[in-house]
Formats: sequence, C-alpha cells, structure tokens
Amino acid sequence: MAKMNMLQAINSALSIAMEENKRSCVFGEDVGHFGGVFRATSGLQEKFGKERVFNTPLVEQGIMGFANGLAALGYTTIAEIQFADYIFPAFDQIVNETAKFRYRSGNEFNVGNLVIRTPYGGGIAGGLYHSQSPEAYFAHTPGLQLVFPRNAYQAKGLLTSCIESNDPVIFFEPKRLYRASVGEVPEEKYSIPLGKAEVVKQGSDISLLAWGAQVEIIEKAAAMAEQEGISCEIIDLRTVLPWDVETVVNSVLKTGRLIVSQEAPVTAGFASEISATIQQECFLHLESPIDRVCGLDTPYPLAHEKEYMADHLKVYEAIKRSVNY
Amino acid sequence: MGKLNNIDNPNNINSSDTLSLEFVSEHALSIPSFKMLDASGKMYKGAMKSTMDKKTALRIYATMRFVRVLDERMLAAQRQGRISFYMQCLGEEAAVTASAAALEDKDMIFAQYREQAALAYRGFSLENFMNQNFSNEKDLGKGRQMPIHYGSKELNYMTISSPLGTQIPQATGYAYGQKLDGEGACSICYFGEGAASEGDFHAGLNMAAVHKAPVLFFARNNGYAISTPASEQFKGDGIACRGVGYGMKAIRVDGVDALAVYEAVKMARDYAVTNNEPVLIESIAYRLAAHSSSDDPSGYRSKDEEENFRENCPIARFKSYLLKQGWLDEAQDEKAKDEIRQQVLDALKTSEKIEVPALEELVTDVYEQVPPHLQRQYEQLKQHIIKYPEAYPATAARIVSNTQEAK
Repeated sequence: MAKMNMLQAINSALSIAMEENKRSCVFGEDVGHFGGVFRATSGLQEKFGKERVFNTPLVEQGIMGFANGLAALGYTTIAEIQFADYIFPAFDQIVNETAKFRYRSGNEFNVGNLVIRTPYGGGIAGGLYHSQSPEAYFAHTPGLQLVFPRNAYQAKGLLTSCIESNDPVIFFEPKRLYRASVGEVPEEKYSIPLGKAEVVKQGSDISLLAWGAQVEIIEKAAAMAEQEGISCEIIDLRTVLPWDVETVVNSVLKTGRLIVSQEAPVTAGFASEISATIQQECFLHLESPIDRVCGLDTPYPLAHEKEYMADHLKVYEAIKRSVNY
Repeated sequence: MGKLNNIDNPNNINSSDTLSLEFVSEHALSIPSFKMLDASGKMYKGAMKSTMDKKTALRIYATMRFVRVLDERMLAAQRQGRISFYMQCLGEEAAVTASAAALEDKDMIFAQYREQAALAYRGFSLENFMNQNFSNEKDLGKGRQMPIHYGSKELNYMTISSPLGTQIPQATGYAYGQKLDGEGACSICYFGEGAASEGDFHAGLNMAAVHKAPVLFFARNNGYAISTPASEQFKGDGIACRGVGYGMKAIRVDGVDALAVYEAVKMARDYAVTNNEPVLIESIAYRLAAHSSSDDPSGYRSKDEEENFRENCPIARFKSYLLKQGWLDEAQDEKAKDEIRQQVLDALKTSEKIEVPALEELVTDVYEQVPPHLQRQYEQLKQHIIKYPEAYPATAARIVSNTQEAK
C-alpha cells in the first residue's frame, strides 16, 4: 500500500496496463511529455515511448475517430478528452461510432478495448466550460459504459476494469478530487467490478445514492442527519450505465426512502432515470416520494457556483423532508 | 502540356494534364513572412511605405502598453487569490492590437480568449475589464463566465466562449449576413494555431470560401497550444498555406511587427469587403506567457528559449519606431506608464469591493423569459439560502434584507 492521490492512482493503473500489454496506447491533448494538464499521464511517455504515449493535435473529434480506428484493430486504446466540457466535438464519433461499432457490424468488428478518460464536474470556479457533468447525454446511448470513481482507491480499481472490459467505457474523473482525494492504494494491480454499486454505509431509515464526487456530498449530509438520529444508507452507484438496479432496489426495499443526488441539472438527468425505475420496482414499499437533489436547470455558473451546487445542506434538507413526509 | 480533354468540369478542378508520374511536393508552397520593422524598430531598407498616421500609431502604442500593465497586475491579482484565473497576451500585443486598428468600428470581432488588446483598442473601459475579472454585478456578462471572457455588443466584440474554434464557423455566418446587409462591414476571427486543428476550422474556412463571406481569419501562430508545440500540431507550412487549399487569399505576417500587421490586415480588409471573400492571415509571434494562470511552462520549455524570445518584444520594437519618428517623448512615456499602473491598481481595488450579481441572475437569460420550472427552482433556492445564510455569504445578506423589507 502507498498513499496516493487520485491522479497518482490513475497514473498507476495506466502504467500497469501499458506494462502488461504492448499493444496499448495513451493519447490526447498535452498528455505526452507534459503528462496532461492535470498530470494524470505524467512519466508515461518516458516509460513507454512516444509511439505509445503522445500528444495529439487539438481536435477532439479527431482523437475519438483515431481512437475508434485503433481500438478496432484490437489495441487497448486510452484516449483523454482534456475536459468533459470539450467532449462534444467528439459526440458523433462516440454516439454514432463507438457505441454502435459492435451492433452495426453484427459483431464482425468492435471497439471494446477503448477507454475514454475525461475530467468532469464543478466546484473549482470553472464556470460554464470547466464544470459540466455530461453523463446524461451519454447515458441515453446504448452500447456505452459510464464509470465514475469517488476516490483514489476506486479510481485505480475501476480504471483497471475499464481497460480490461471488452466494451467501450467513458471514465469520468471528478477533477475536484484529483488532488484532494488521498488514500491507501495498493501499488500492485487490482480491479473493482463494473456494473456494481457499492453500499458504502449501511443504514435503515433512508437510502442516499450518488456517483463520483457527489458521494462525498451525500456522506456529509448523512453525517448531519445521523446527529438527529436518522440512519442513512449510502450507495455509490459507480457505474452509471449499465447501472446496478438490484443493489438500489434492495436498499430501498429496506429503507422505504430514496434520495438521488447528481451535480448535473435536474431535468432529464440520470437521477430521473433511477427515480422512475425505483418507483416501479419498489412502489408499495415507498414511505415518501423519491427525491432528486441536483444542479439547477441553468448552465453551470461562476459567481453563483455555491448557490447552484447540490451541496450537503440541500441533501440534508431533502433527507428531513423525506423522513417527515 | 495543355488540357488533354476539353470536357465540362464537374469536379471543380483547375489544372492542366500531365504524362509524367510524380507527386506534388509537400513543400510546394512556402509562404514568406511580411515585415516592415527590423528588431530595432527601424524600417527595413526597401520596406513598403507605412500608411499608419501618428494618431493611430499612438493609439496602438497606448493600447499595447495598457494591456501589458493590465496583464501584469491581473496575473499578480490571481497569484494573490483575488481573482480565480487569468490569461496574458504577452508577446502578441502587436498582432492583436494592430490588427484591430486596421478594422472599422462596425466590423465584428470574434476573439478566442487572448485578444483583450483588440477590445481595449475599441475602447472597453478599465472598469469593464476589472468588473468582468471580478465577476461582480457590474460585469456585462453578469458574473457567469471565468475571468477574461469579455464581450460587448456596443463595441462589436462577441462574448468569448471557452471551447476552442467554435467561433470560426460563427464568424463565417456572421460575415455572410454582413454581406447580405450590404453596409460594407466584415468580421475578424482570431484563433490560435492549436485551435486551427479543430474540425470547426475546416468547416468555417471552407464555408466562408464557398459562400463568399467577408471574414478575416486571423491565426495567431504563437508556437504553443498549452504544452503542445506547433511541431506536434501540424506538419504543413504553418496555417497560411491552408488558405490556398480552401481557395482563399492568404498572407503571413510578422506578428511582432505592429506596422506590418496593420498593413496586412488593412489590405485584407479592403479585399474582403470589396470582393466579398474571406482572407486567411497568419501572424507569427511567440506566446511568452504561460497558457494561463493554471499553466506552468517550465514543464515543457526551457527558460533559455523564453529569454531568447523575450528580447523580441513587440512593444519595445514599436516604441523605438515611434521615437525614431519623433512621435513619442521618452519622459512623457514613462510618466504615462506610472499613471496607468496607478489607474489599474485603483480600479482593481474598487472593483473587488463590488458585490456579486443578485441571485436572480442565476436563472435569467437561460431563456429570454424565466420559465415556470426555473422560477420554482429559484424560489426554493432563495428559501434555502434564507435558512442557511452563513453557507452562502455572497448572496445571503441581500436576500435576507430584501425579504425583511418586503415584510
């Protein structure tokens, strides 16, 4: 074990994967010698050479098209989009190509060895274009997997699974926690399964569900609620698509209450999808309406970031509303 | 050899035929850099005669000097934690200022993000610069975007958007409308050599040529896209050569030479507006500053390299020219510089004390009118803030006192 922050944990997972498999490449804007603007790929070019770790021209659609091609040849392809806010020029390549490669060819071809790494999320004074959480756009696209680590340990284990998965993945990295999340992380390889939520803390009165950086927020809210004797079950969804319905259903069958919290705007966010499924699966067991605590339906602001965010106080208020319903 | 067959030309090509099997060299096109001033600010022997009058020259100089001081102070303010982010124009002041000076006020400016000098030349006030950087309630952008994302309808300066290259096809569409309006206006569109790799570059330039839009594409080739050097960005001869591929006129200019940039853009503007055609201009300079306040260039380039280019200062070169012309007085210049420093400091102190925009501005302008669902979200948020005022210090005090007054 070693103390690592999330960037070091990600770097370690990438390094092990490239060591193991010579037919693997890591690329994106500034990821080469510089090691990426957040330094997640630091030292990889020195270790594995410029042919396998390299800067690309500044063109996200090109990065993803190139990635699809390389992955179609069977290369383990790890492409970085510098900020999730800048993934949209690559939307066509991801939604129409990556996601449909296997299906449209009758499994003649696939890009299952592709991982798209991209920092997402707010809380860093990034304004409109360095703060977004665009998972819902991609969650509407069958064929993709969407994975979110909540801390350094999870990041390494989940990224390892993403790299080994035979279906393409977008790995959303909570950039707010890149350096803030520090913990014990094994130096050797390990993996954490995709498609599996984790019950982070058992509780009996209400279930709280989030993913990525938002898990920390619901934990904070839960700690406040516990002071008032409300027992909260905390679930980290980890994989947003395809998601682990069973774990969430089992939790809600036990507690009878659910709050889903996401950073993204409330309307048509993934929290809405979860709410619809859970009310169908658990209807007769629900003690109160499922609530969503999310960002407002506005672009991500700057001066009013604090007000906009789905913070622990808003989650705490929702817990009280639900319990007192 | 002439044409072998004289047939119709559905492929829209313009060439003769050949019987010899050979490639066209990737170096077939080599574009020289247009210059007027040498490094010491002296006109090259045989240089074209300058058309820049004294008034324009002094306004360009004053703008460059102002932006240099503003950049120094604002970067320092960022380091002190007073603003969250900043981007300097260091090394590219002549390219941006002199190009803006060659335009008319009715021309639209589509900037990328490092063109504060063009906005300053247009007359954006020091207060406006400050208020944007401090995201306060007097910011024209209502505190919504990160520092340096300026915009002004009054000054024909389109509000900056962070995603790279998105402004390029927009400039094409805007200029097409300007052509239809027939008032002799055009647009200039700035972008870096890195942004020229984006798909939007291709889309914007091709459409401008096909649809004959009077737009000046001003590529600031400053050598770096964050850490990525131009040598890892493209293999062709800079950006200018691409203009030929799109079927538009192109020119390369020394971006450290304010006189040369001014003449090049003036000629390009005349041509674009007269013929309703786009022109691609490539300015060659060096991004002396870090990409932004979040960047540390020591991770990808040497101090020696930077020092080498620091000597090639666009402001110093132009100042020497002005002194040689007898248009500038050294002592007065020093005095003016001190005055600007003081003005910037004073404006900074005033601006940082101005409150953040009212909470309402969080939900306005998403649509022209605030829709009911967003109004509800706003009301809920307000109640929440009243309940936890200490958690939202930027907005709570005003909401609480407004609510009390209402009672």
